[in-house]
Amino acid sequence: MEVLSGVVVISSKDSVQHQGVSLTMEGTVNLQLSAKSVGVFEAFYNSVKPIQIIHSTIEMVKPGKFPSGKTEIPFEFPLRAKGNKALYETYHGVFVNIQYTLRCDMRRSLLAKDLTKTCEFIVHSAPQKGKFTPSPVDFTITPETLQNVKERALLPKFLLRGHLNSTNCVITQPLTGELVVESSEAAIRSVELQLVRVETCGCAEGYARDATEIQNIQIADGDVCRGLSVPIYMVFPRLFTCPTLETTNFKVEFEVNIVVLLHPDHLITENFPLKLCRI
Amino acid sequence: MAPAEVVTWAVRSGQLPLTSMASAENEVCAVRKVACPSQTWRPQKVQCGLSGAGQVPFTNMAAGVEGRGGVWMGSRADGPRTSGHVTGKMAVFPWHSRNRNYKAEFASCRLEAVPLEFGDYHPLKPITVTESKTKKVNRKGSTSSTSSSSSSSMVDPLSSVLDGTDPLSMFAATADPVALAAATDSSRRKRDRDDNSVVGSDFEPWANKRGEILARYTTTEKLSINLFMGSEKGKAGTATLAMSEKVRTRLEELDDFEEGSQKELLNLTQQDYVNRIEELNQSLKDAWASDQKVKALKIVIQCSKLLSDTSVIQFYPSKFVLITDILDTFGKLVYERIFSMCVDNRSVLPDHFSPENANDTAKETCLNWFFKIASIRELIPRFYVEASILKCNKFLSKTGISECLPRLTCMIRGIGDPLVSVYARAYLCRALLTEMMERCKKLGNNALLLNSVMSAFRAEFIATRSMDFIGMIKECDESGFPKHLLFRSLGLNLALADPPESDRLQILNEAWKVITKLKNPQDYINCAEVWVEYTCKHFTKREVNTVLADVIKHMTPDRAFEDSYPQLQLIIKKVIAHFHDFSVLFSVEKFLPFLDMFQKESVRVEVCKCIMDAFIKHQQEPTKDPVILNALLHVCKTMHDSVNALTLEDEKRMLSHLINGFIKMVSFGRDFEQQLSFYVESRSMFCNLEPVLVQLIHSVNRLAMETRKLMKGNHSRKTAAFVRACVAYCFITIPSLAGIFTRLNLYLHSGQVALANQCLSQADAFFKAAISLIPEVPKMINIDGKMRPSESFLLEFLCNFFSTLLIVPDHPEHGVLFLVRELLNVIQDYTWEDNSDEKIRIYTCVLHLLSAMSQETYLYHIDKVDSNDSLYGGDSKFLAENNKLCETVMAQILEHLKTLAKDEALKRQSSLGLSFFNSILAHGDLRNNKLNQLSVNLWHLAQRHGCADTRTMVKTLEYIKKQSKQPDMTHLTELALRLPLQTRT
Repeated sequence: MEVLSGVVVISSKDSVQHQGVSLTMEGTVNLQLSAKSVGVFEAFYNSVKPIQIIHSTIEMVKPGKFPSGKTEIPFEFPLRAKGNKALYETYHGVFVNIQYTLRCDMRRSLLAKDLTKTCEFIVHSAPQKGKFTPSPVDFTITPETLQNVKERALLPKFLLRGHLNSTNCVITQPLTGELVVESSEAAIRSVELQLVRVETCGCAEGYARDATEIQNIQIADGDVCRGLSVPIYMVFPRLFTCPTLETTNFKVEFEVNIVVLLHPDHLITENFPLKLCRI
Repeated sequence: MAPAEVVTWAVRSGQLPLTSMASAENEVCAVRKVACPSQTWRPQKVQCGLSGAGQVPFTNMAAGVEGRGGVWMGSRADGPRTSGHVTGKMAVFPWHSRNRNYKAEFASCRLEAVPLEFGDYHPLKPITVTESKTKKVNRKGSTSSTSSSSSSSMVDPLSSVLDGTDPLSMFAATADPVALAAATDSSRRKRDRDDNSVVGSDFEPWANKRGEILARYTTTEKLSINLFMGSEKGKAGTATLAMSEKVRTRLEELDDFEEGSQKELLNLTQQDYVNRIEELNQSLKDAWASDQKVKALKIVIQCSKLLSDTSVIQFYPSKFVLITDILDTFGKLVYERIFSMCVDNRSVLPDHFSPENANDTAKETCLNWFFKIASIRELIPRFYVEASILKCNKFLSKTGISECLPRLTCMIRGIGDPLVSVYARAYLCRALLTEMMERCKKLGNNALLLNSVMSAFRAEFIATRSMDFIGMIKECDESGFPKHLLFRSLGLNLALADPPESDRLQILNEAWKVITKLKNPQDYINCAEVWVEYTCKHFTKREVNTVLADVIKHMTPDRAFEDSYPQLQLIIKKVIAHFHDFSVLFSVEKFLPFLDMFQKESVRVEVCKCIMDAFIKHQQEPTKDPVILNALLHVCKTMHDSVNALTLEDEKRMLSHLINGFIKMVSFGRDFEQQLSFYVESRSMFCNLEPVLVQLIHSVNRLAMETRKLMKGNHSRKTAAFVRACVAYCFITIPSLAGIFTRLNLYLHSGQVALANQCLSQADAFFKAAISLIPEVPKMINIDGKMRPSESFLLEFLCNFFSTLLIVPDHPEHGVLFLVRELLNVIQDYTWEDNSDEKIRIYTCVLHLLSAMSQETYLYHIDKVDSNDSLYGGDSKFLAENNKLCETVMAQILEHLKTLAKDEALKRQSSLGLSFFNSILAHGDLRNNKLNQLSVNLWHLAQRHGCADTRTMVKTLEYIKKQSKQPDMTHLTELALRLPLQTRT
């Protein structure tokens, strides 16, 4: 059991009269339905009620007066989830947001405004149990392996080979691998790694699943040397990624796309689902 | 008017019987037996017995001019005049030399010596420290405590320059601004210096290279900068920390667009471009200072993006330099910021801290930077920005940097444009030198890479890791890049910088093990050549000998050396550059066998030259070491024997210079005979090089003088014989020389040496030889490739000769002043340049000589040699004979003056007249009326045609007046009254 601890600092030139200071710790999951899945209005109205994971309030100081200068009030919260809920990792997404905040309120007399200060704190889930096993993937991309091609004959010939060291990823470690352009008729413009989050929100009406881009990292710029491996390397951004999450109400999953842009205007994408974990 | 006047005075004094200009042989014969009666050599006092032959007292019977006769033989006054020189009846003035008291004159001319008190100021007095502390206070701003001048009144001008105000030390003081700010931030300063040393010690300083690149890669093409301050689409990560709003990133992106900072600057000249970049650099610093870290990062990203544009390719290197400057600034700012976070009030982080010393805030901030940068969308900026702050990894983990390096290196593979990628690599190398090295070590076996490392890094860096390199070279894969080239590169580095003492022998052993196995002689020699330097530098002759032996072994089969002369030559050069002691050098057994490999003559001579050059430069003490002598004689002989008809003058001069340098350094100490036989041997060896023979003659003369010095002037029988041997050496060597003045001067010089060693007859022989050589002096001689008239040289030589003749004692069998007479005959017969007064100038000098000879005691003497003053003891007949000669000389001078009475020669007449006047004034006794009259006439003559320089005349008159105040000179007062100054119109 971890503890959230710290001090509230009140500093003022003069002494401050107040009606009590309280501290609130709160953790919530906000789900929002995307317009794409359920339509604009539903999206607006039917946003799912936030799920509260953790909530506790303490009264730190009884009404009274702070002396002038700096006053530090220490506090401690045990991090214990409500009921049978789990503490998910902090995650900032588009349709799913998992956020933990600490709010300090100073109530004051009618004449003065109450003072509030909010601060986000980050939660990392405890290392997952069980052994981490890497799951390497080799891939080859040629015109033949592509789907969604209208006229295969119009495509220039190319052969890309590569591998990802693992699609099971430790969130603190980068995604790694290699890509070799064995041959390509057309000049290569760029090779990019696109990190995509797939958020699924379940609700009464069914569920909505949306994939959005988190970041796009260029790993090759211009017509790279043939036969020379270009490293695949991407650091998972903090906050915007979390260990792959699957709950009854929502899911947060990640995928990576290897995007190859060829001259003059071809875009080839190879998709790899990832499984993130923290060890 | 003038000529008439001349005639007048000539005639007026014409009653005297003429000394004839005749060359009547019969008369010569008549007086042949007359000479000096005394047959003794070196008589103490000689009575000048005169024959009864009337007016003709002294006749010259000297060899060399025998039978030919000449003006200088006395003859009857009325004898037939066949000489064409003098036509009219010449007036003869009697000569009366002034009596000189040389000692008194010397004393009166000399500056008075004033004793110098201790502590008095004198500019040439050495600086001594008399007081140090108290003085130093007086000297403004003095920082040096070396010395203060002993002169109390003045500051020594030289040392005052060193008071820290000279430009160099001033520069040194200001060059390090960090040092000036030192007091406030010492830790920072230390770190900066550390930064410099980390890079500086291993690498050619970037600052040097930077300027070079900027100066070299320029363009006149138009450039463009495309800055697009909002293009970071995938900046999810950068949105960072503590923000609760949803889709914050998107909003930020929008904001960025609104900032609207896409700027495309087109048509920039290079200067504009540089200015722009400089502005960006400044705005980076400003943004940083105003805590706009994100803006700073954006600037850096945008700048590095410019490096992907290679449109004006010739400017790219300069662009690279400019932009990496910005990156460096950024890297430094970030590093310093994080560093400052580790510093709290109590402690300062040490220079080489470990990650444990960094506190959590610092680590967190550092990590944030890396996360931010990792999310930069585009490859090139992501690469550059990460490389620029790579050093910050130090805060996170010890191995961080070396872990990042391979990744960054691989990352560059993603850059398609080869130019851009190569420059990216260059930047990485610059940023992380040592780590790069470690990395190379790990990859290790790429020969080409190793070679590049060895040629690019500073030698010191390589040298300290030589053993590692050898290991790597051994292991590396040879395909594509031969190992011997790697060893060569390593050797080159080791020649420049020293490896650790303990490794040295092992390095040599390891390297040579490989080198000696090389089969191809070319490969072998290229490699060996380089390693010889290392061997010479750190090891003794034993190792060098081994190496040389190995080279010989490799290069001898199939005459492989023929293709490798340049390398072999270099080896020799390196060996002699390190072995300054030639006795050690020649005791290297294989050195001479090594020389034998140079079989092509031109190369051989070149090598010999190098050796001699080194010998001359480094040999400090004269030597008689037989090993050196034998070897070097051999070397010199080789050089000498290369001389043939086609050899250029310059080459000969060069070779002679080298051989002379050797000859000068050979000394057998007090074994003079050995020394002489060395000179004899040398003469036979180097007979084709005139300067060498000249040197040998000088050396032998010197040897004779050394002997004299050793014996303190009193030769024993043995030394006398030895000295005569020396003299004989010179006498027989000189005729083999070609240069006429060389011969003349050497005859004179050797004659002097002979005289000094009391070899009187030998001295006479030298002087006679010189005299008989004079008629051969050509009118024009070649000096440095140009034909020049020889007269001035002859004049110079003769004056020198006269000075010597003063002290040469007369030969008892040859009559009074026989050498002077002979010389005068030769001068008389010499075909002088038309319109030249040289002959008369010489006669004037002769007049001086004769005056000096008529003194009771001569101006100078040679120790243990009696000159004519003691021989004749001022005998009146000797003096009379002397005066007769003077008269003849004067007659010649006057005759010449007469011939100058033509318009175009008046100027010459005037100056010659004045010079003659001066001679009379200086040497003649003006109490004699005739001489007095003559001088007045000459004075008039000099001024007659307005050719005289008034100032000179005034000065001369002043001098006479001044002289007249001296005790014995009162008669000059009267003379001065008779010398009018001509007023100019």
